[in-house]
Amino acid sequence: MTPAVLPALLLLATLLATVVLGAWWRRRQGVVRSARGEPDDAAGAVVDWAAHGVDLGERRTFVQFSAELCAPCRATARVLGEVSASHPDVTHREMDVDDHLDLVRAFGVLRTPTVLVLDAQGREVARASGGMNRAQALAALAVGEGPETVPAGVRA
Amino acid sequence: MSDEAGRTETAAGPGDAPVGIDPRGPRAGAGITALLLAVVILLWTSTAALVLLAVVAASFLLGAVRGAQGTWQAWVFRTVLLPRIGPTAEREDPRPPRFAQAVGLVITGAGVVLGLLGVAAAVPVAAVLALVAAVLNAAFGLCLGCELYLLLRRVAPAR
Repeated sequence: MTPAVLPALLLLATLLATVVLGAWWRRRQGVVRSARGEPDDAAGAVVDWAAHGVDLGERRTFVQFSAELCAPCRATARVLGEVSASHPDVTHREMDVDDHLDLVRAFGVLRTPTVLVLDAQGREVARASGGMNRAQALAALAVGEGPETVPAGVRA
Repeated sequence: MSDEAGRTETAAGPGDAPVGIDPRGPRAGAGITALLLAVVILLWTSTAALVLLAVVAASFLLGAVRGAQGTWQAWVFRTVLLPRIGPTAEREDPRPPRFAQAVGLVITGAGVVLGLLGVAAAVPVAAVLALVAAVLNAAFGLCLGCELYLLLRRVAPAR
């Protein structure tokens, strides 16, 4: 008979590891990363967005990769829809990953939701993966624009 | 390809999404499941552990077929928890939680089958894996389908 202490230790270790993993995962949700560093050869420069049904906004475009089996995709689509509705020069397009596997591969998208932030020419300026809140969406809009144009209160 | 106009254009499926469910239901259910899986680990390689894991697997089967809202855990949520915490207007698509139930069924089902075949260690191993997934879901709202679906889809042959 196995000593009862081994199962208890395994249970404890599993719970601890899970809490660490979960906390790390949650911190990464919707964090905006600037795409600066690979400017012109980035995939965004060679993508014909119109052919993929994306109308580029005059300022920024959110391209959101979503999947059917993804609850945070719905919430993120709601947030980005609201942000684009209140910014006339910003558009939002949600793409199902099943229908756009070419783009998914070209941009190295690994999970849903992943949001690309494009400039007026269709180049990727920033991206975020995981569920996004409004503050993160506004911060994503401000990436690549001078600090003077950063709207106040972004760090909400 | 598409000439729709509008601020948010949706090429994804949410437009024809089925009626939403209370998002707290599946998470509470995952909490109940996590408790059972913790007991399975404590019961280790005994017959009782195998039986309890089979009960958990059967619950996942129910959820994979009927959706997370069709499990006995969801019933417990509705009859015990919901009257105390009150309703919410928030709704979520039932398909992601149902996919999570199917993932749980694969993990715990494999443990039960291997356990029946005499691989005693498979029972606590399956319980540990399923417990990680259940706690991530219950405590952190992690959506396993969101993390895994696209990876699996990308390694699958292109259409």
